[in-house]
Parts: sequence; C-alpha cells; structure tokens
Amino acid sequence: MLIRKPSDIRPSEITSKGNYLNRRQFMAAGAAAGSIALASPVLGAVVPRGEFAKLPNVRTSEFSADETPTSYDDITTYNNFWEFGTAKDDPAKNSKDFEPRPWRITVDGHAEKTGSFHFDDFIKPFDLEERIYRMRCVEAWSMVIPWIGIPLADVIKYHKPTSQAKYVTFETLHDPVRMPGQRRPTLEWPYREGLTIAEATNPLPILAVGLYGEALPNPNGAPIRLVVPWKYGFKGIKSIVRISFVEKQPETSWNMAQPWEYGFYANVNPEVDHPRWSQARERRIGSGRFVSKQPTLMFNGYGEHVAHLYSGLDLRKNY
Amino acid sequence: MDTVRQIRLVWKPVVFALCLVPGLLLLGDTFDITGTLGANPVEEIQDRLGNWGLRFIMIALAVTPLRRITGWNWLQRFRRMLGLYAFFYTLLHFLVWLILDQGILWSAIVEDIAKRPFITIGFAALLILTAMAATSTNGMRRRLGKRWQQLHYGAYVVGILGVWHYWWQVKKDFRDPLIYALILAVLLGLRLWFRYRQSPRNRRAHEAGQRS
Repeated sequence: MLIRKPSDIRPSEITSKGNYLNRRQFMAAGAAAGSIALASPVLGAVVPRGEFAKLPNVRTSEFSADETPTSYDDITTYNNFWEFGTAKDDPAKNSKDFEPRPWRITVDGHAEKTGSFHFDDFIKPFDLEERIYRMRCVEAWSMVIPWIGIPLADVIKYHKPTSQAKYVTFETLHDPVRMPGQRRPTLEWPYREGLTIAEATNPLPILAVGLYGEALPNPNGAPIRLVVPWKYGFKGIKSIVRISFVEKQPETSWNMAQPWEYGFYANVNPEVDHPRWSQARERRIGSGRFVSKQPTLMFNGYGEHVAHLYSGLDLRKNY
Repeated sequence: MDTVRQIRLVWKPVVFALCLVPGLLLLGDTFDITGTLGANPVEEIQDRLGNWGLRFIMIALAVTPLRRITGWNWLQRFRRMLGLYAFFYTLLHFLVWLILDQGILWSAIVEDIAKRPFITIGFAALLILTAMAATSTNGMRRRLGKRWQQLHYGAYVVGILGVWHYWWQVKKDFRDPLIYALILAVLLGLRLWFRYRQSPRNRRAHEAGQRS
C-alpha cells in the first residue's frame, strides 16, 4: 500500500467524479466559445515543478473517451514499471524519492532538428491537451485514464524527420541508482519502444506529461511518457530520455525478451490471443469484486482512427 | 491425557484453526475489514488462494521427511489435515477463477482449460487433489488397500504440476516460482535419499562401513 503523509490530499479526494466531469463540460464550453483562440497557435505547454503541480492552459480533445475515469489511486498504485520493481505496487513504493526534474531529452537520427533539449524547452512549442483514453494492458486488464500531454504528431513534425526516417524509437532513462528495478536484469535495460512514422504521426498518440490535471506522477512514468491508446500498454514507454528517427524497424524491449509472445506492433486485438491467455476479454480496474470481464474491442475501440494503418498487414502474424 | 488424545483434542483443533487464518484474512480484506485487496481484487484473491494451495502442498509434503529426520512420529497425524487444506485452498482458487474471473462463461472456460497449457496443468493438479481428498477417509483407505498408496503418491505429481502452473503463469520474473521449485526439489530429493539409504544393499554397505 502507498502510505502518504496525512497532509497530502489526492485530487480524487478533492474532485469528485461528478465535479470532474462537470469541469470538463465547462472546459469544453469555454473552448467552443473561444474557438478563434483555439485555432490560433500555441499557448505553450508548461509543467510547473513539484509533485501534484497543477497544469495550466489545458485544452480538451474530441478524442477523449466518454467513460468514467479510473480512480487516481488505482491509476497510481497498480503499475507495470519494472524500472521500479516487478510487482504491481512496486512503482508506487519505490519511486517515492525519484526526482523527475530537471530532465533532458535527446532527439537524434534522421531529422533536421536534433540535439539535447531541456524538458521545459522540449514541450514548450506545443499545447497541452487532456486525452481521456482507454488503456488495455497485455495482461488483460484495463483502465480509463485522463492523461494530459502533447500530440506526438506535432512533436514529430516539429523536429522535421528526413525521408530516411521510417520509424521513431524511444528510450527510458537508464540509471540503476535512481531506478532500483534496473539493478536486476529482468529486462535488457534501457527499456526501448518504437512506432512506424505513420503510427507516430497519427493524431491519437501523445507524449503525456500529466494525469488528472496535475504533473505526471512517478509511478506512471514522470516526467514524460508515451501513450498509444490502440496498442497494449507495454508500448507506452515511460520516463523518456531519447527519441530517435531511424530507418529500420527497431528492437523493442518485450519483443527482445519474449518474441513469441510480444510483437513489434502489439495492437489490441481480441482475436489474436497471447500464447498463455485469451485476449478476448478484459478486467476493467475499479469495476468491483463481483463484476466479470468485459469484451475487448478491436484496436481498443480506436479502429476508425487507426485501422487504415494496417490494411494489407496480417495481424495474426504481426501481433 | 495420553499423547494420542492430546493430539486429537488439543493440537488438531489448534492446527485446524491456524490453517484457516489465511482464508479468514482474505475474507476480511475482501470486505475491507482487515485490509484491502488493491486495484485488482479478483486477481489478488486468486493469487493468494493459489499461493496458499501451493504452500499447503509443500507443507504436507514436508511432513514425512521432517518426521524421519527428527523422529517425531506424531507429525504424521497432521498430514491428512494439511493435505485437505491444500485441496481446500486450491479448490477455492479454481472456483474464484471460474466464477469471479471468467464469470462462468463456459465457452471461455472450456477453451482455456483445453488450449492454455498452464491452465491445463493446474486443472490436472486439481483433479488429482480431488481424488486424493475423496479417498482420504479411513474407510476409503482400508477399502482401496494397496491402490490407496499408489493414488496418494499423486501428491508428488501435484507438487510438480503446481509449481509448473505457477512458473508458466508468471510474465518473466521467476523469483517466486523458483523458490517453490527449490523447496519442492529438496522435499522430493530427501525422499530419493531415504530410499537410497533404505535399499538392502546400501544398508549392508553402510553397516559394513560402521563395523570396520
């Protein structure tokens, strides 16, 4: 269990779910009223330092799911983030002292705008958006998570990849002192993930820097992590320090570890089972003790936005 | 009070109550009395019951080696109860999977048992445990005679299948199933050692060694 000082008040305690949804309507109304302002570019993404820091200038998004978000407690205490340990509650316990700022991100490979960027400068050219996305773990459980982030497509375009760039790869911080889980070779560190350029420039993926209106908590991959809602959760690499534009399909962590179970694409697909368990249904976290699993949707329900990316691809082979 | 009566009237009820504690704690946690089950309660219930099933299989398998090493023959009187507790927790583990995890969706259940090796293995272990529990009475023991012993050697198979089931279920961090595998290896290894020591030829050799 995560034990906090009594003075720490969680957003879920302050904001009831009802109020949270009302706030969203209010924000949507405001966005509609100021649609001219919306069209005008860039308020500039800012993430103030400090745990639970409130994020200013957050836009809503038409891509947000109209579902009740999973509780803040569940989202921040039930995590797969092996850099902090392999048990679900390890990240919450072992990332308490992790200091995610200052932070640098290196952009390299086949692109015009490469270099090493301060986190603040890296996110500044873009706008913060709230995206409430379904998250389906390959282990057959799921959540609904109110992320705040910057659209990955904007980031990609900003760094001007050349025609040689066919894939984008991401790397997590490798620092066994700050990330105790890396002291054991449970995976080959650093954790790495990748997308095709077409996937990365689709409007759905974001680089998340916030959760429930606040700075991204450590167990969820502070200060910046990838969210690709139509893929299994392990594609959502956390605590990113490097983004590279490459020509060949990159090696990705779980695919390197167990290629017969985890593929490069890892699209949510109820028809293609994991060798050891069915992917047809999922347990929605927070649904209660006596509620059975619910059906898993093709592409996690995001097919209308992404199915075209895979026309002609055999999804049974390219799992 | 003689030892046999003392065991039956005092120690057996005490051990019985102790073995029930993990189940009662789980029940308490399920209804947020003694603790909580975390974000994925169904998985937590399943894991804990499965773990206790496997632990009791190990504990029951430890009785004979421990008795032979220490000479505490009274240990034997607890073996059946411990074995029945292994069955009890394993059966609950299975029922929680059936009802809470699968929601009694028979098509999915049959498919999982047939198609997923780790579930097939676990199910096979449960079937053997069920046969052993059903024949655990004194009456059944007498009626089956020699075949009873053969059937109850199934405990070794259950141990192996149980650890294997756990091993295959884990995503990649094998530390916990490895601990069970090592304990099982010791428990089965001791039996091989006893058997080796007991065979007439080795006993003669051992005694000859002592004489010279």
